[in-house]
Amino acid sequence: MDMPEPDLGVIARKARIVARMRAALPVDAVIDAPEELRVYECDALTAYRCPPLAAVLPRTTAEVSAVLRIACEEGVPVVPRGSGTSLAGGAMPTADSVILGVARMNAVLETDYDNRFIRVQSGRTNLSVSGAVEAEGFFYAPDPSSQLACAIAGNIAMNSGGAHCLKYGVTTNNLLGVTLVKMDGTVLTLGGPWGEPAGLDLLGVVCGSEGQLGVVTEAWLRILPKPEGARPVLVGFDSNEVAGACVSDIIKAGILPVAIEFMDRPCIRATEAFAKAGYPDCEALLIIEVEGSEAEIAEQLTRIRQIALAHDPVEFREAADEDQAKRIWLGRKSAFGAMGQLGDYMCLDGTIPVSSLPHVLKRIGEMSVQFGLDVGNVFHAGDGNMHPLILFDANKPGDLEKCEAFGAEILKLCVEVGGCLTGEHGVGIEKRDLMSVQFDAADMEAQMRVKDVFDPKWLLNPAKVFPLGVSETRRAG
Amino acid sequence: MRPTTEADLAEAIAAATAPLLVRGGGTRTIGQAVGDVLETGGLTGVALYEPGALTLVVRAGTPVAEVERVLAADRQRLAFEVPDLRGLLGREGVSTIGGVVAANASGPRRVQVGAARDALLGVRFVDGSGTVIKNGGRVMKNVTGYDLVKLLAGSRGTLGVLTEVSFKVQALPEAEATLVIGGLGDEAGLAALRRALGSPFDISGAARHSGQSLIRVEGMAGSVAYRLDRLRALVGGDVKVAEAAVSAALWRDVRDVALFHDKPGEVWRIVTLSTAAAEIAGRLAGEALWDCGGGLIWLRLDHGRGAEVAAAVAGRGHATRVRGDGGPVFPPEAPEVALLAAGLRAKFDPRGILNAGLMG
Repeated sequence: MDMPEPDLGVIARKARIVARMRAALPVDAVIDAPEELRVYECDALTAYRCPPLAAVLPRTTAEVSAVLRIACEEGVPVVPRGSGTSLAGGAMPTADSVILGVARMNAVLETDYDNRFIRVQSGRTNLSVSGAVEAEGFFYAPDPSSQLACAIAGNIAMNSGGAHCLKYGVTTNNLLGVTLVKMDGTVLTLGGPWGEPAGLDLLGVVCGSEGQLGVVTEAWLRILPKPEGARPVLVGFDSNEVAGACVSDIIKAGILPVAIEFMDRPCIRATEAFAKAGYPDCEALLIIEVEGSEAEIAEQLTRIRQIALAHDPVEFREAADEDQAKRIWLGRKSAFGAMGQLGDYMCLDGTIPVSSLPHVLKRIGEMSVQFGLDVGNVFHAGDGNMHPLILFDANKPGDLEKCEAFGAEILKLCVEVGGCLTGEHGVGIEKRDLMSVQFDAADMEAQMRVKDVFDPKWLLNPAKVFPLGVSETRRAG
Repeated sequence: MRPTTEADLAEAIAAATAPLLVRGGGTRTIGQAVGDVLETGGLTGVALYEPGALTLVVRAGTPVAEVERVLAADRQRLAFEVPDLRGLLGREGVSTIGGVVAANASGPRRVQVGAARDALLGVRFVDGSGTVIKNGGRVMKNVTGYDLVKLLAGSRGTLGVLTEVSFKVQALPEAEATLVIGGLGDEAGLAALRRALGSPFDISGAARHSGQSLIRVEGMAGSVAYRLDRLRALVGGDVKVAEAAVSAALWRDVRDVALFHDKPGEVWRIVTLSTAAAEIAGRLAGEALWDCGGGLIWLRLDHGRGAEVAAAVAGRGHATRVRGDGGPVFPPEAPEVALLAAGLRAKFDPRGILNAGLMG
């Protein structure tokens, strides 16, 4: 993975830059000892590491503004960091950059149940946002699988999704407003608790901009009343095609499950060996979850059963109680861990039109033979967001490169069938060089113009999202 | 000008030497832009429709009615309920789907499913220099690159001219019904809407006008019946139930602001917090239609009261004058936000020819 050559001039001025930041912030907010900076050398894309020049951990918007103003004046790149759970390298630093971590900014600032919003500092973790409103019967809907650890700041940067976004949407659909600090230190408010923007939807483009337009320090988030109940069913099929057709029929019938998860045979076998959830040994398995009162759940499940049985499943299993419901989810929730037992893995997240599912799975199977690497597929089937897990051996020379080449081929296939490179993880550095598969020069130019406006010097998380060759002249300027 | 292909449209913009007034059907345009009229109504047709994936890709000049007809044939719809503002604004003509996106026009179901921008999966557009740009796509989850889709939604033709839009669509529900609650004052009537929206009963419409509060539920028949029962107990007041077509007609009227058709005066669209909504409308003493649980007020006033409206709303949302003459149409932006917006316009439309001056 190429990263730009660090600016040696910046590195030479480290002492001065750190001193200026120390003078502007509380004494414990600036970290520059090499051993303490190891924490920040990577995010959850652990294959690539580089310690930053320094790390700062501000507690307020004013402190964030002060840090950015100094960095802007000094010409130092800044890499914002939430909890460091990015799978795409979104928070990976360069040797000449300062990590700006929002982890200490985790307060709840306001909850308003009448108007159904919460305002939090952006370092607050996703799950603890729901935790703050749970007692009143509310929750925050986007639920990335890292929700125990991941910060709202990172969710906004990556426009995170989750298993339940088929019904509730992703971060952008649940984000009402933000306090944003631009690279030059300017603090501004976009949106607000009322949600709808007054002019251009700048909030809409900030969400998902991978920390390249500004640092979000506070956010207004929509909260929703919790449903009365939820229940999953498990359906096993002999073929991926039939499972795909079943998903399509459920959607067409107007039933809106909160989640439709898909696992293929390699993944089912791995999770069975690991978690022993009692899944049938079949080609494809769906977990479908519906919500509502007892009667509403029964009404939806009756319809889903009718549709599923018409596709001749090898198994249709309803959860009779909470324990059985947990067992149905157990395998799915253990899938990544189970694959991890088999070796190192790389997790992709391209999205495809649901109708292309059988074709794409068949091609992935063929490529798996061709590359000599095993792959298991877990999949948010309702919205076409795939998660192929490619197994490799990090200790075997050349295996990582082979795995990356295989991954790139899968993502190209996703684009070819009408989908995209990434559904919820983001581009970061991981998929940066594949952007030109999905976008031509004019498309990327249009996106980079937005950064030109927010961050004219291209100092904020600069070496991400766009292929280095494409962004080079801007970063140099 | 009325190009019929994206390439012709791009050429027309590239060759333009004077400002262009970009127009879909002109049925919901507000504000003043001047220039040679550039119509998108010639760019028509469904490019792709996959009911099983809830996906529709359609060219921007396609009439909304045509889009709705195509979807209805497969028992589907645009979830965000496109308002027809011709009656309110005294317009004629054919609303286009591109115009809907450019205005981010959305109806009462916004409380449940969001606005047009939330259903929008992808766009193709031509910027002010005549370059064709695509962003987003046709799949529901997509974080590849920046989300220009959201930026274009509601940009009213000032960043580019839309040529193609893709949507996540929704299956038609089996049943719908509305609780019609009378006997409550505005403050209590809006509080009833808030109680409903804070319940687990998945409200798809919450509005109030003419002394009645309306709460809509949609879905499978048994579920609709169940939720109506539970809501009735929750909201109190003098409650009647409207079902099926009767319910649908109630919401068509809310969506299109039918209350103000054929009545004189300015009409303001005020976005605010539900808890401030009764007070704002009361202070301005106009005729009000509250939608989105009170978070949206359509307010009819005598002419020339813009300054009072701005003062009443200040710090609690924003107000747009959708009908009436004189004074600003769009609310002012904070200087640092206006600077970013102006910067984006200068990048996407360097010659300043697309609906110049419309939004600021």
